Amino acid sequence: MACVLPLAGCSGGVLDPQGAVGVAEVKIFYNSLAIMMTVVVPVIVGTLAFAWWFRASNKRARYRPDWTHSGQVEIVVWFIPLLIILLLSGVIWTGSHALDPATRLKSGVPPVEVQVVSLDWKWLFIYPRDGVASVNLLVVPAGTPVHFTLTSGSVMNTFFVPQLGSMIYTMNGMADNLYLVADRPGTYYGRSTMISGDGFPDMQFAVAALPPARFAAWVAGAHGGATLDAAAYRALSHQGTVPRPIVFGSVAPGMFADVVAQRLPPGPGPRLTSPGTTEPKK
Amino acid sequence: MNLLGKLTWAAIPWDSPLPLFASAAAALAILGTLGWVVARGHFPYLWKEWLTSVDHKRIGVMYTVLALVMLLRGFTDALMMRSHQAIALHSNGYLPPEHYNQVFSSHGTIMIFFVAMPFMIGLMNFVVPLQLGIRDVAFPTLNSVGFWLTATGALLVNISLGVGEFSRTGWLPYPPLSELAYSPGVGVDYYLWALQISGAGTLLSGINLTTTILKTRAPGMSLLRMPMFCWTSLASNLLIVAAFPVLTATLAMLILDRYLGFHFFTNDHGGNMMMFMNLIWAWGHPEVYILILPAFGIFSEVVSTFSSKPLFGYRSMVMATMVICVLAFMVWLHHFFTMGAGGDVNAFFGIMTTIIAVPTGVKVFNWMFTMYGGRVRFDVPMLWAIGFIVTFVIGGMTGVILAIPPIDFLLHNSLFLVAHFHNVIIGGVLFGAFAGYHYWFPKAFGFRLHSGWGKAAFWFWLIGFYVAFMPLYVLGFFGMTRRMQHYDVPDWQPWLIVASVGAGLIAIGIGCLIVQLVTSIRDRKELRDPTGDPWEGRTLEWAVPSPPPVFNFAVLPEVSGEEAYWAMKHAVRGGPEPSYGAIELPRNSPTGVVCAFFATVMGFALIWHIWWMAIAGLFGAWATFIVFAWRDHSEEIMGADEVRHTDLGARGQPA
Amino acid sequence: MSVATASPDDPHAVGHGPRTEAHGGVASKRIIVGYGFWIFLVSDIIMFAAFFATYAVLSGATAGGPSGKDLFDLQTTAVETGCLLLSSFTCGMATIAAHVRRQGWFQAMMAATFVLGAAFIAIEVHELAGFVGRGAGPDRSAFLSALFALVGCHGVHVTAGLLWLLTMMAQVYAKDFRDDIMRRILCWTLFWHALDIIWVALFTLVYLIGSAA
Repeated sequence: MACVLPLAGCSGGVLDPQGAVGVAEVKIFYNSLAIMMTVVVPVIVGTLAFAWWFRASNKRARYRPDWTHSGQVEIVVWFIPLLIILLLSGVIWTGSHALDPATRLKSGVPPVEVQVVSLDWKWLFIYPRDGVASVNLLVVPAGTPVHFTLTSGSVMNTFFVPQLGSMIYTMNGMADNLYLVADRPGTYYGRSTMISGDGFPDMQFAVAALPPARFAAWVAGAHGGATLDAAAYRALSHQGTVPRPIVFGSVAPGMFADVVAQRLPPGPGPRLTSPGTTEPKK
Repeated sequence: MNLLGKLTWAAIPWDSPLPLFASAAAALAILGTLGWVVARGHFPYLWKEWLTSVDHKRIGVMYTVLALVMLLRGFTDALMMRSHQAIALHSNGYLPPEHYNQVFSSHGTIMIFFVAMPFMIGLMNFVVPLQLGIRDVAFPTLNSVGFWLTATGALLVNISLGVGEFSRTGWLPYPPLSELAYSPGVGVDYYLWALQISGAGTLLSGINLTTTILKTRAPGMSLLRMPMFCWTSLASNLLIVAAFPVLTATLAMLILDRYLGFHFFTNDHGGNMMMFMNLIWAWGHPEVYILILPAFGIFSEVVSTFSSKPLFGYRSMVMATMVICVLAFMVWLHHFFTMGAGGDVNAFFGIMTTIIAVPTGVKVFNWMFTMYGGRVRFDVPMLWAIGFIVTFVIGGMTGVILAIPPIDFLLHNSLFLVAHFHNVIIGGVLFGAFAGYHYWFPKAFGFRLHSGWGKAAFWFWLIGFYVAFMPLYVLGFFGMTRRMQHYDVPDWQPWLIVASVGAGLIAIGIGCLIVQLVTSIRDRKELRDPTGDPWEGRTLEWAVPSPPPVFNFAVLPEVSGEEAYWAMKHAVRGGPEPSYGAIELPRNSPTGVVCAFFATVMGFALIWHIWWMAIAGLFGAWATFIVFAWRDHSEEIMGADEVRHTDLGARGQPA
Repeated sequence: MSVATASPDDPHAVGHGPRTEAHGGVASKRIIVGYGFWIFLVSDIIMFAAFFATYAVLSGATAGGPSGKDLFDLQTTAVETGCLLLSSFTCGMATIAAHVRRQGWFQAMMAATFVLGAAFIAIEVHELAGFVGRGAGPDRSAFLSALFALVGCHGVHVTAGLLWLLTMMAQVYAKDFRDDIMRRILCWTLFWHALDIIWVALFTLVYLIGSAA
């Protein structure tokens, strides 16, 4: 595990969190790692030391073939892991509740609403209050909590921005909630972490956390773009990747709810071109 | 109505040379071996002594051979993935997505179902009856059927290489991706039928070994006198009996969805994909304990034997084993903390999961204290055991890390997860299998494996493992997801290149194992073990000659304490000749291999929707059992003189 | 190097007398076979448990289609249940006949069991076919998928049990009450009674509760 430590300074991964959720989760990680290291390191050292000292050729080691049980030792070996686990259970209980993805973040600013739809093989982000939408580009105001409502327009996927924290599944016919925040402006990497077919590697998106004023400007600028209506959604829901992000200037009302309620049907999947095999979609 | 269902010439991958050549080479190798066997006149021997054998030792060896062969196949997939990802920055590497996705799916499926499972079941089959001091398992013919059904599953997975395609949805086919709408090809069907058939075989084997351990032990062998490996085998087989039916039911539901338009897990008509995840992991989590518990047993035997000491805290170890056995069913939800089940549910399953670390930790401590005060000999099996303890505690620790829901929110489905489960499955299950392979090989064949090559293999595997998987932990922290056919983050590439070097080291380790096997067979006279007890063993399998005669024990031993053989050899070594009597032995039967033939036909037909052939296969399998049920003599009798002759002959004493 | 002492109770030794469990050592064949079959039954019941759990989860997922209340006809199902319960009785009679080695009685009782079991299957197939005819097939909704799978799984088991029953009748006819055949009869009766118990659970949880809800 020595390789972990130099990483702390690396940028771009989960150990370089840029939001309160990620920061709290990484802290739990370091704490639990430290707790466990207190046992793991002695066990590794002890194993190697015992094996070496009691090697058959070492005449100084005392051979005790009848020492096969000891009440004291066994109490200790049951209690050491038990104590560690008791400690970790506390961490788990509080952490699971405090960092439950559906928990609202404490903030003076009301959260921004973003609706997320995973499609074959792209991400659709809808901003219901502003009536704009984007594909493979998530723009959020920095310092403001974001309330994501997520669903899938086809198979399961997982929404994940490593530097912001918690990931969560997207599933068709249902919606779940996730609160995240980007503490400062920047561009972060986001992607799906659940295999969803041949185009899965390209199910990635950029997260642009902008200062609030610039976020407002982005929304205003977006309004000039094309309309995301049922027809446009259906076109998007066909299998395929998107080479560069798309921005929609207006969105048909209730689109997200239509996807969840399957009034907009799940994506059609691949076409069967030859018996038995499925041709790659390019 | 097409006579061959969906099967046409287009199913052969003419345009993709890699699978085409691989499958052609595999087919040639099989046919070549068969041809050689027939040409040299060995076929009757092979048929009579192996293919139709119901001897648990022979079946155990065949399971192990299957596992080793499939290890080569699964490892080839691993080499392809590692080398592909090493070059797939901003590019498609050399495997297009539809191939790459098949490669990681078949890698996982093969390694779990057709390497780890048969390896463990093979060792249990070979060792458990010998350790219990008995002549055979409870149901010898059933045992043979179980093996051959497992082989059928392995065969079907490999047929998919050359005819059609394999699943592209990962080693567990999560719907809706695995539903007909999103995976219309035959890949998922290959997966489903291969696993249904081999799963039936595993269940039969589990029932058989459970009954064997609980109902057929040598006189005096009470439960608390059983060697540790028998205890962990019992726990593992109880888990098989309790978990595999759930797998069968779950896969049956997916089959109904795909074949008959049911809506268990579909997006529409009320289907519920979360059901699948709950059901599959209600099997899947016990499955990892099915694999690791026998390995724990092997390490217990090895550490005790090579420390020249009884196992420390035997009763604690028994307790820890059974606690793990029970807890295995209470943790499945930790495989999907990121589903949004809420704080209470996640916390409960997180805590339950970490609790498993307690009995596991107890085991590690007890192995340490077994060495304490011992005389440790660093023979090859012991090297694997020490390598295991060090590696496994790291894997256990990363497992506990992943069991903490807020951390899992960051690392789920990342390469950290991939590194974790390889850490416990290679460092735990596979190291255990290799320890057992080296430990019991002389018992099975009467000569040892070459120890120099064994040590080389161990070091290449150990170092290769760290070089291959520590970078994956790092990549998990970088946010790299598993199963990516290409990627656009330049920071990831150096670590992936290092990982591929590690895979290369492991390849050398596998090479050493092959060389070891070949040279050991060549030098078998020098490596011969005439004593039947090459390691100063403590359990009953070392009381019989190597290789053991067909009846194992000419006279059933009377057990009067733990470590039955240790007590015996120090009490009455070279005592008077036992009074031999006539013995009843089960007759060999082709039921297993014939039934597997029909199961293969049926499975293949179902995959390709060739209904008449499926019905024919099912009828054939049923008819095979009727023929078996009709036979009049299921046992044959070996007279006292022959028993005496065989026993003394096996011990190298003139009769 | 020889094994310590000869065991007086070696089950494989030819001509060994009757042995008891208290003695320790390997159990008799009848015990082993019965025990192994019980373990199989446990695994089978776990498989049914998975189907039951799925049914419980999906029983509300009617997707706008019919629910159990719209479909179930308790009268038919009661007759069906009666057939199966009665068949367990005749199955028990057949066991007794086998134990006293009465070929005629055994065949008659097995035949009666077959008729009752076949009637059960016929009613079940008729009922399910009726559902399909009314547009309530397993492809209509997740609820119906779970229902058809659960009931169908039991039906397939009963059908397999009937095939096994015929085989046992033929075996007893051809080979009489040999020891190995008696052990198979034991397994078959255990199987048949287990299916009965599963049906009682199924009838209660699916049909009775489904009609009431």
